[in-house]
Amino acid sequence: MYTTKYHKASDAANAASLLGASPEAKILAGGQTLIPTMKQRLAAPTDLIDISGIAELRGVTIEARKKLGVLKAKGGETITIGAATTHYEVANNADLAAACPAITGLAANIGDPAVRHRGTIGGSIANNDPAADYPAALLALGATIHTTSRDISADDFFTGMFSTALNDGEVIKSVSFQAPAAAGYGKFPVPASRYAMVGVFVAKSIDGDVRVSVTGAGDDGVFRHAGLESALTSDWSPASAAGVNVGAEGLLSDIHGNAAYRANLIGVMAKRAVESA
Amino acid sequence: MSEGIGARVLRKEDKRFITGKGRYTDDIIEPNQAYAAFVRSPHAHAKVNGIDASAALAMDGVVDVLNGHQLTGDGIGNIICGWGVTSKDGTPMNMGAWSALATDTVRYVGDAVAVVIADSKEIAKLAAESVVVDYETLPVVVGSVEALADGAPQIHENAPGNLIFDWEIGNKEPTDAALASAEHIVEMDIVNNRLAPNPMEPRSAIATFNESEDHYTLYTTSQNPHVARLVLSAFYNVAPEHKLRVIAPDVGGGFGSKIYIYPEEITCLWASMKTNRSVKWTSDRTEAFLTDAHGRDHVTHATMGLDKNHKIVGLKVNTKANLGAYMSLFSSATPTYLYATLLSGQYNIENVYADVQGVYTNTVPVDAYRGAGRPEASFVMERMMETAARQLGVDPAELRLKNFVKEFPHQTPVIMAYDSGDFAANQKQAMDAADYKGFEKRRAEAAKRGKLRGIGFSNYIEACGIAPSAAVGSLGAGVGLWESAEVRVNPVGTIEILTGSHSHGQGHETTFTQIVAERFGLPTENISIVHGDTDKVQFGMGTYGSRSGAVGMSAIVKAMDKVEAKVKKIGAHVLEASEDDIIIEDGAVKVKGTDKQMLWHEVGLAAYTAHNIPEGMEPGLKESAFYDPSNFTFPAGCYICEVEVDPETGVTKIIQFTASDDFGTIINPMIVEGQVHGGLAQGIGQAMFEGVVYDPDGQQLSASYMDYCMPRADDVPMYQVMHQSTECPGNPLGMKGCGEAGAIGSPPAVINAITDAIGNNNLNMPATPSAVWAALQEASKQAAE
Ligand SMILES: Cc1cc2nc3c(=O)[nH]c(=O)nc-3n(C[C@H](O)[C@H](O)[C@H](O)COP(=O)(O)OP(=O)(O)OC[C@H]3O[C@@H](n4cnc5c(N)ncnc54)[C@H](O)[C@@H]3O)c2cc1C
Repeated sequence: MYTTKYHKASDAANAASLLGASPEAKILAGGQTLIPTMKQRLAAPTDLIDISGIAELRGVTIEARKKLGVLKAKGGETITIGAATTHYEVANNADLAAACPAITGLAANIGDPAVRHRGTIGGSIANNDPAADYPAALLALGATIHTTSRDISADDFFTGMFSTALNDGEVIKSVSFQAPAAAGYGKFPVPASRYAMVGVFVAKSIDGDVRVSVTGAGDDGVFRHAGLESALTSDWSPASAAGVNVGAEGLLSDIHGNAAYRANLIGVMAKRAVESA
Repeated sequence: MSEGIGARVLRKEDKRFITGKGRYTDDIIEPNQAYAAFVRSPHAHAKVNGIDASAALAMDGVVDVLNGHQLTGDGIGNIICGWGVTSKDGTPMNMGAWSALATDTVRYVGDAVAVVIADSKEIAKLAAESVVVDYETLPVVVGSVEALADGAPQIHENAPGNLIFDWEIGNKEPTDAALASAEHIVEMDIVNNRLAPNPMEPRSAIATFNESEDHYTLYTTSQNPHVARLVLSAFYNVAPEHKLRVIAPDVGGGFGSKIYIYPEEITCLWASMKTNRSVKWTSDRTEAFLTDAHGRDHVTHATMGLDKNHKIVGLKVNTKANLGAYMSLFSSATPTYLYATLLSGQYNIENVYADVQGVYTNTVPVDAYRGAGRPEASFVMERMMETAARQLGVDPAELRLKNFVKEFPHQTPVIMAYDSGDFAANQKQAMDAADYKGFEKRRAEAAKRGKLRGIGFSNYIEACGIAPSAAVGSLGAGVGLWESAEVRVNPVGTIEILTGSHSHGQGHETTFTQIVAERFGLPTENISIVHGDTDKVQFGMGTYGSRSGAVGMSAIVKAMDKVEAKVKKIGAHVLEASEDDIIIEDGAVKVKGTDKQMLWHEVGLAAYTAHNIPEGMEPGLKESAFYDPSNFTFPAGCYICEVEVDPETGVTKIIQFTASDDFGTIINPMIVEGQVHGGLAQGIGQAMFEGVVYDPDGQQLSASYMDYCMPRADDVPMYQVMHQSTECPGNPLGMKGCGEAGAIGSPPAVINAITDAIGNNNLNMPATPSAVWAALQEASKQAAE
């Protein structure tokens, strides 16, 4: 690891100003991506700004749904997750599990216990690894990413493999979304890394809007799948998902699986995601 | 409870291992030690036109930057191959030069061209990055078949066409004739995938040159410290043997990869002399992928002939073995004498012929890895047997039963003479335990759930305790393959066993004490094992090829024979009895049929006080022995694997794995089971998860655990491990060896099971979900056509 300077930020604003102060500074959240990258000498930030202890960036809040015209059986609460909330905290939040079990289940299957106890949702989406799980969830849930300077919709936030709409000096504070009426996540892990070879997140909002996103498979990161969305909009069922002919264009081929295999997995994982929803 | 032969004595070494108190090479800290960081080639093949280390040398804390020209200029010898293989035409192998630091050409990614010695690891790494090497890239070839093709890049001048040797074994004409007149022919292309060894502890070395005594000490991660000292001294000219002490402290796994003497150890020793500092190097995981000798990598074509009664009449095998960019220590023996000599399998086959081409490529050197040649042989044989059964439409178990060797000794056409075994008994034990009869019912039940069930056999045989020395010498080995032992009985009766074997996870500190406890009736806590230090143990050949039991323990037995003889003389003298009436039991020397006895410690005291020992007898109680076996030993067994495949994803789950092994005498069943469990996990790893992948430019695409898949606990089933043993007639304890069998026997069982499930025999290792899914697609396409 190259030499670096460690700072402990007192709050989000302090983190943003420390970050803005040096062009080669980086936020350190759980360190589960950044530290290994530094150990491999692939990253050499001059300054590390640790946000892991900042209270305002941690925790899950669930705001009851406002009374709407039609009373739906489930969903509609506003869920906010602090950027520095660990995967473990998300996975084990009982209220969140009741409101949106798809996201607690997703968090429970990220990495291993050590990773889950350190890694954070903010770090995961800021990094936007093309095989990470959270980007699929936030995109399908139509989430909003709240930063130290603005709110960004998930559709605008994820701009391609390892890239996001974040500007220099901008720190993610939290993410929020409306609890879906139904949602599910189907993940097929890469045997070696156990990141997603293909992960499909399906979500149906309380208004009946269906969004389907795919991680792991795209050659430019997480994306929404129009074919699956329209099939599930007209018929929300495993069979309907399985019936979609998923093409291999634009999909990733690597030593773990080619585009045709990933295309097959998208169909299978979509079906299983709906089954679990 | 007895702690002798057959007892499940808990491992003595585990107290320090599981409390984090093991002492490994990287734990050794010398005063004023410096650190080495290697400057490694990012190219798989290139000319080195120059090295500019000026920036590095200018950095604070950098002691020196050394290169290959300086190394060879100081007379450090090229790295040797310890086994000369002769080609069909009688010519010796074409071996290219391998310098510990490359001089003019680099031949694989990771090949070291220079080393930085600095005050800290960080400075050394930073300085190494600042060394500018002027490379002129050359064309690259990574596969053995491609390397043999016309026009392939030439890797070593003196190996035209990249061919190191073209070797053969067996009876060619009779085999051809037998195949020509065979009723049935089975023919297959078989690939044995390339593996990275991945011991948990990475390689490490710390070398200290003591100028005032003109003496060197090397701590290193070695499976065979004495061989390391011999080679470092005799061939690399580091120092004469009496001026070089090699210590291998606790070693955290090796699987073969720590047999060899690598460039880094040589360089640390030399650099210690150059800089007058202790020089330490510890590999990181990436360096391990880039530089630890890989295993396997065979491309094979095999043809088997059977008569109308389904008796095998002949087997012909051609193998192209990828040996990487340089010849590692046993790289020539592994795909020849350790491989093709096992191609008769458990079967009585009159005609076997094999030829093997050893090939240079721009990849990491390939050498022995757990099983070393025998996994490759059993994979060929057992894939062929299963395929033959499918082609003939007969039960694979019955086809094997029909062809088993049933009488011993049995001379195969490929050198090996099997001394013992009962292959049918192992097969029956495994079939009963696996409920083979009930399989079709289970298959039908799985089908109802949309899953594909399959079952596969592997009836492996292997050869351990490579020997005898004269025979291996005549086949090209540069060393003898005996083992030494010394039994030291202290004046208080406690015992130290010095052995030339060296444990790197096998539990020698436990099992070796058990045979002493058995012999003298002492508790194992009174016995300790000394190994891994050339200043303490006079000589030894180390631990590999499952030899420590059959060869290493046999040497201890021989030394104990001598101790026993002396003890009886002392006992007879002191107890005033005839030597013939003396017996040793329960920790005492007794006169048969009387109540006269001396306790064991009294004998020790008598020997060392020498107040009352037979006239003319030397005082003391310490004996040593060298043991040179008369033959290999032949562990064998039957493995049955049952799998279930999810046709939607290709995910394969091993439902049941049954192993019935014949290891001869078993000293500690718990340790033996552990060895089998580990071996099975490794074999399942090869079959379903592991594989080194190179791109055409010679870059490893699988050089981290993000991409190289090691089997994890949830990937492997609960094993059913059992034994059905015949005693080995070749050594005093009747032992055969158990360290590699699991890795040797399991891959074909897994692949036979998966191919049975999916109805497509065309499936390479590793059978990952994507590979299995692709094979399923191919099968359904073929069915549609
Ligand atoms: C063994 C292992 C297995 C894993 N498996 C999976 C898996 O299966 N699925 C999966 O999705 N992930 C997996 N991960 C990644 C894990 O989820 C990480 O926790 C996550 O990618 C990064 O989160 P972090 O909090 O550790 O971020 P860090 O490593 O601290 O930071 C990552 C990047 O995000 C930036 N950053 C962090 N927080 C903020 C913020 N609030 N605002 C702006 N920028 C920020 C950092 O500057 C850095 O560039 C795995 C990691 C490991 C080590």
